[in-house]
Amino acid sequence: MRLAGQSVFHPSSLLFHPSYLEVLLATKNLVAHYGDFQALFGIDFEVDAGEIIAIIGSNGAGKSTFLKALTGLIGTAREQVAFEGKSIGGLMPGKIVELGIAMVPEGRRLFRSLSVEENLLLGAYTKRAGPWNLEKIFALFPILREKRDVPSTSLSGGQQQMVAIGRALMANPKLLICDELSLGLAPIVVKDIYDALPKITAGGLTAIIVEQDVGLAQRVSSRLYCFQEGKVSLTGKSSDVTREQISAAYFGV
Amino acid sequence: MIEWVNTILQGVMLGGLYALFAMGLSLMFGVMRLTNVAHGDFIILTAFAAFAATASLGIHLWIALLLLLPLAFVFGYGLQRGVLNGTLGDDPLPSLVVTFGLSIVIQNLLLETFSADTRSISAMGLETKSVQLAEHLFVGVLPLIIFLIAVAAAAGMQWLFGNTAIGRAFRATSDDKEAAQLMGLDHRHIYALATAIAFVLIAIAGVLQGMRTTIAPSDGPGLLLYAFEAVIIGGMGSFWGTFSGGIILGVAQAIGFRIDPGWGILIGHFVFLAMLIVKPNGLFPKTK
Repeated sequence: MRLAGQSVFHPSSLLFHPSYLEVLLATKNLVAHYGDFQALFGIDFEVDAGEIIAIIGSNGAGKSTFLKALTGLIGTAREQVAFEGKSIGGLMPGKIVELGIAMVPEGRRLFRSLSVEENLLLGAYTKRAGPWNLEKIFALFPILREKRDVPSTSLSGGQQQMVAIGRALMANPKLLICDELSLGLAPIVVKDIYDALPKITAGGLTAIIVEQDVGLAQRVSSRLYCFQEGKVSLTGKSSDVTREQISAAYFGV
Repeated sequence: MIEWVNTILQGVMLGGLYALFAMGLSLMFGVMRLTNVAHGDFIILTAFAAFAATASLGIHLWIALLLLLPLAFVFGYGLQRGVLNGTLGDDPLPSLVVTFGLSIVIQNLLLETFSADTRSISAMGLETKSVQLAEHLFVGVLPLIIFLIAVAAAAGMQWLFGNTAIGRAFRATSDDKEAAQLMGLDHRHIYALATAIAFVLIAIAGVLQGMRTTIAPSDGPGLLLYAFEAVIIGGMGSFWGTFSGGIILGVAQAIGFRIDPGWGILIGHFVFLAMLIVKPNGLFPKTK
C-alpha cells in the first residue's frame, strides 16, 4: 500500500520494489539550513519497510545534514518528512525516537561518564516495546557482556561502535540509521561490525546506512542514494549501479 | 590539645552547612554548565520564606519545611523551564547576566518586604542543646543535625546520580546533549529537573542557615562565595568531592577564627586560593 495522496518520487523504483511493500519513511523536496547556509536542496527519498538503503557521497554532500533532518536535530518543514504516513519533519528528536527512528551517530558519541551497560540502558529511555533488550544485545555482541560495567571510553573503537549500535537497538526502532559505522576503524573491525548487520535486520528492521566505503555500501544495501552538494545525484538498485555512474554522481564530472 | 580538636570538630560541623550550600550549585553547573549567580540569594530567599511562615504566620517549623521543599521543587522547575533554559547556549554570558539580575531583584524584594534587619528562624530550643563527646568536648545538637543532613544529602545525590534512571539521564545530557536527544531525552525537561532538585537543596540549606545563625537580605553573595569555594576545592568529580570541599572550607575558617576572630573568613579564602594554584581542578576532578 502506498501512502495516500503521495506520489512515487522515483518512478524507476517501481521496477525493483514489489508494490506490496509499504513506504516506511519518505522525504519530499526536503530542504535544510544551518543559519543562512542552505545544506539540502530538495531531497526526494524513500525507504520501504524491511529495506536496507545506503547513502553515499563525499564530505559536505549533505549526508549528515539529511540524517539530522530525519532525526529532528535540525528543523525542517513538517510535511517534508513522512514516517508511516505521518508528517514528522521538525518534531523534537525525542518524539521521533518514540515513533521508532533510532540513530547510531557518526563518531559513536557514547556517554563517557556512563558504563557500557548504562549506555545501553539509556538507549531504552523511551521504553518502546520490541524484541531488543540487554540480553539480546549481549547475545549479538558477547564482548559487551564481559565489559558491561567498565566505562564506555575504555573500550576499543570497534567495541565502542558495538555499544553505539546496541544503544540504538535498545530503542526498538522500526528504522535504524547508521552514520559512518566504519569511521576510524580498522578494516577487520569494520568487517566484524557489518557481519552483524544481517542478524540485526533479520527481524524485519529497516536500515539506512551512510558509508564512505562505496564498495561496502553497495554490498550491504538493496538500493543506494548518492548525494552531491545537497541534492540526490544518483539512485538505483545497489547491484545495478556501475562504478562509472557512482564516480560521476560522486564528483559531478 | 583538646581545644584544637574542638576547633576542627566545630569546623567540620560548619563545613557541613557549606557543603549543603555548594551541592545545588555543583548540581546545576555539572548538568548544564549553568553558573547560578543568584544561588546564595535563593538560599536567603528560602530562609526568609521559612522565617515568614514560622514567625509571622505561626506555622510549625517542620510543617513549614514540608510545604517549602515541594514548593522549591516546583519553583526551580518553573524557573529553569520558563527563564533559564532560554539563556543556555555556547555563550555563558546570557545565563550569568540573567542570574545576576535575579540576584539584584531578590535582594531588593527582600529588603522591601523584610527591611534590612537581621532575622533568625527559631529552632525550637535546639540552638542551645549540646551533646558531650568526651571530656571538655561538646558539640551542639543543631550543628550536628545540620552535618548529618549534609552527609545524607551528599549520599542521596551520589546515589541518585549513580543508580537511578534520572541520574543516568543527568550524566548523559551533561556528556553530550545532542546524543542524549537522540535517545529520546528532552534536555529542557532534564535541565528543569536538575534545577528543581537543586532548589530543594537550596531550601534545605536556607532553612538550616536561618536556624543556625542570622539572615539578612544582603547575605546571599557571601553564601554564593562559600558555595563556589567549596565546589572548586572539592572538584566536579562527585558530590562527595563537593562535600569534602565544604568541610575543608569550614575547618579552615574555624582554625582561622581560633587564631584570631578577624581571620576566619580570610583563612578560608587563602585555602581556596592555595587550592586554585596547587590543584586547579580540585581534589576530586571529573574523570575523563
